[in-house]
Amino acid sequence: MIGISPPPAPPPARKTSTSRSAPSGNKDPLEPSKAAKTFSGVVVYLYALITLLPLLWIIITGFRSPSDAIAYPPKLFTPPSLEGYVNLFTTRTRLSQQELDALPPPSSFVDKIARDQQMVVVGPSGFLKRYTNSLIVGFGSTFLSVFLGTLAAYGFSRFRIPGKGDWLFFILSTRMMPPIAVAIPIFLMYRTIGLSDTHLGLILLYTTVNLSLAVWLLKGFMDEIPQEYEEAAMIDGYSRLDAFRRVVLPQAATGIAATAIFCLIFSWNEYAFSLLLTSGNAQTAPPFIPTIIGEGGLDWPAMAAATTLFLLPVLFFTVLLRDHLLRGISFGAIRK
Amino acid sequence: MKPLVTPAQAVSRARPRTRSNGLPDRALAWIFVGPAILLLLAFNIFPLLWTLYLSFTNYRANRPSAAVQWLGNLNYQRILNDPEIWQNLQKTAAFLVSTLFFQLLLGFALAWFINRKFRTHAFITTLILLPMMLSPAVVGTFWTYFFQPQYGLFNQVVGAFGDPSSFTMLGDVKLAPWAIVLVDTWMWTPYVMLLLLAGLRSIPDYIYEAAEVDRASEWTKFWRITLPMMLPFVVLAVLFRVIENFKMFDLVNQLTNGGPGSTTELAAITLKREAFEKWRTGFASALAIILFVSIYGLASVLVKFLERVKKA
Repeated sequence: MIGISPPPAPPPARKTSTSRSAPSGNKDPLEPSKAAKTFSGVVVYLYALITLLPLLWIIITGFRSPSDAIAYPPKLFTPPSLEGYVNLFTTRTRLSQQELDALPPPSSFVDKIARDQQMVVVGPSGFLKRYTNSLIVGFGSTFLSVFLGTLAAYGFSRFRIPGKGDWLFFILSTRMMPPIAVAIPIFLMYRTIGLSDTHLGLILLYTTVNLSLAVWLLKGFMDEIPQEYEEAAMIDGYSRLDAFRRVVLPQAATGIAATAIFCLIFSWNEYAFSLLLTSGNAQTAPPFIPTIIGEGGLDWPAMAAATTLFLLPVLFFTVLLRDHLLRGISFGAIRK
Repeated sequence: MKPLVTPAQAVSRARPRTRSNGLPDRALAWIFVGPAILLLLAFNIFPLLWTLYLSFTNYRANRPSAAVQWLGNLNYQRILNDPEIWQNLQKTAAFLVSTLFFQLLLGFALAWFINRKFRTHAFITTLILLPMMLSPAVVGTFWTYFFQPQYGLFNQVVGAFGDPSSFTMLGDVKLAPWAIVLVDTWMWTPYVMLLLLAGLRSIPDYIYEAAEVDRASEWTKFWRITLPMMLPFVVLAVLFRVIENFKMFDLVNQLTNGGPGSTTELAAITLKREAFEKWRTGFASALAIILFVSIYGLASVLVKFLERVKKA
């Protein structure tokens, strides 16, 4: 940027959301007492313990054998088994003992685990493809919704747009349609324009659903960034777009990060559209996981393994951006 | 606040502007807002209008070549005179109210305690969010496993004092509606907690400091400061949860599929039955429009209310 002086120094962090108590030696009267803190901690940890037990159970089930998973009376401790993970990634066929004996020794540990169940691996399962599809669709639509949502939120926050309130409610209303209801028209529409069973089709659809939340979250955030900063930058010769990119965006980063988490959680886990509009090529993992069948019913360990593996990217993404999560949903506009 | 003009800035101002924003703000506004609105029009409003059209016909998606007849508002009349659909709407309303009640109560308590800022509160907050990161369809499926009378986790824990197999959450007409409320609450309380925690943190300290000076009791502070100040966030949480739970499908579809009988048949499950089991697309479209209008009405009341409490 030649000939343009630097924009004003970054403004101080927004007061409402950061440091509460001034670092003074005096005891802050607003600081809860030690006993109150301990009590609060105990209550919250108790809640976490209870609500995370089912999740822990799922993770453990992933390392049980299918028969241990449905044993009666139930077993708390079972010998660890990788059958669930092997079953998740492979398709197998059952052989008789004679046929098994006739085979050469197992070539890998996967093969060995299958043989222990009297089966041989005949090929990979569809899970890896579904997982890849989920990665493409989930992150693709998250990126697109955050990108478009940021632009729209800035537009609604800064410009005089006729009927602004109506537009904002209109955007929110797009989330109110039950997916089952619009699935048929969308299916017909996608067939006509060649988007059926494509990644792009799902990405566009999820982006549409997510946009409402993105615009609402981000507009509140944009409203809190003082206009003076951009105006100062524009006086200094920045164009509106430059001011947006170099002054507003860095300050909105927290809100953008929080929005991204919410968008990812939705598009990563969406079920109905994926089930109804896609099949072999672009279907994501959520419609696949509840249908993993073993012998004599659902294969709980394989489903548990899939659930565990499927949770990891969202968990990673959330942990990465966790510091922004709370400040990012401050809905600043609400205060005004 | 006016920034000081440095010499460099003075020079840059004197220079003839080669700024790229020749565009007036009005045009720029549409560049910012336009793509989002276009996308919404194409992938949401267009299908919605199509659904509206289908709702006046006897179209069946499994017989695309059959002649389509215009039925006028016959589908709507049938729905509004159908006692079963009214019952299902009542179940949806009951589900909505009870999930909101529990999620707000638990979510608020959690947010309140987390806001005491005990050590490691940030860590545990992230951990508590875990259930909402799962896929609702997968959650629904797994809770059928937890609700198994013989070996299910839930029955083992709850039935530890008696006989775990003496009750079946999903098979019992009385218990099944509570089962879906329980699972939805398990999954979405963290979300409500997050919104309410943001609300608690948005209350500026000086208000509490002033109350401290006035020697207001904790009780007064709660009723006169905390609750009114975070009311917008409560309304927002209600708004988002109402929109999501009114069309609740994936979790309940996997958990009970509306059963036993039709005890937990929420509106979206009825919709699925009509659209994809009976293939009465026109009828299902009419039901969808009725649901949409109901959510829309409810949401606009909430948004009006939100505007009011924001100003207060």
